[in-house]
Amino acid sequence: MTYLYAFLFCGIVCLISQIILDNTKLTPGHVTSLFVVIGAFLDIFGIYDKIVLYAGAGALVPITSFGHLLVHGAMDMAGNIGILGLTMGLFDLTAAGISVAIVLAFLLALVFKPKH
Amino acid sequence: MKNKKYDAIVKKNTPKESRLRNGIVVFFAGGAIGALSELLLNAYSVWLDLPRKESGILVILTLIAISSILTALGIFDVCVNVLKSALIIPITGFAHSMTSAALEYKNEGLVLGIGANIFKLAGTVILYGVVSVYIFGIIRLLIIGG
Repeated sequence: MTYLYAFLFCGIVCLISQIILDNTKLTPGHVTSLFVVIGAFLDIFGIYDKIVLYAGAGALVPITSFGHLLVHGAMDMAGNIGILGLTMGLFDLTAAGISVAIVLAFLLALVFKPKH
Repeated sequence: MKNKKYDAIVKKNTPKESRLRNGIVVFFAGGAIGALSELLLNAYSVWLDLPRKESGILVILTLIAISSILTALGIFDVCVNVLKSALIIPITGFAHSMTSAALEYKNEGLVLGIGANIFKLAGTVILYGVVSVYIFGIIRLLIIGG
């Protein structure tokens, strides 16, 4: 059943963004930024957690989960040591993704030539 | 008369993009990515005996690695032309924007080229993510205290 929910959630998120892109003058950059903010907003009262519970990786893969993971890291740390934790724990869960993307992008840029 | 003719020729030769077709393709491709990553998550948690949270992060890393390599090989851009936001909205789009920026500015040098431009597109995601988390986090701390 999780597979079906994963399919539906990821498909619908992509569909919404495609509808926005087709019908307005916004660029993909605008839409991804918007979706990160939406993901963070849905997580303040734990709505995104419920979606992850049902849709599994289908909810972790879209860019909305980036906002969700940022909120999660910040809130976990804030629960332990108060408001200072908000600043310390922010990148706890997303650090893996960001650092791997940076390292791979750098190494691949050194090896490959741009294609046009 | 001349203008009308010209308009007709332009209209005939601009590629037609059906929004309905786009929508259907994007829905099924995006859904397939979601379902496949759920399959990968279950596979990781069985093979490597990891809890769901860790294998979720491993799935994200796998997608980032695949899309970075495909971008460097030049295959990703071809796929984006067909599948559009089905590849931009998942985390693959984030990795793609970084690798393609790094490749594009490679000629301008290691520091001023790659270093200065690698976050050109991915930077907006991080900027708005961090700012919104600060705002929402403070609101949540004030309302329900953690």
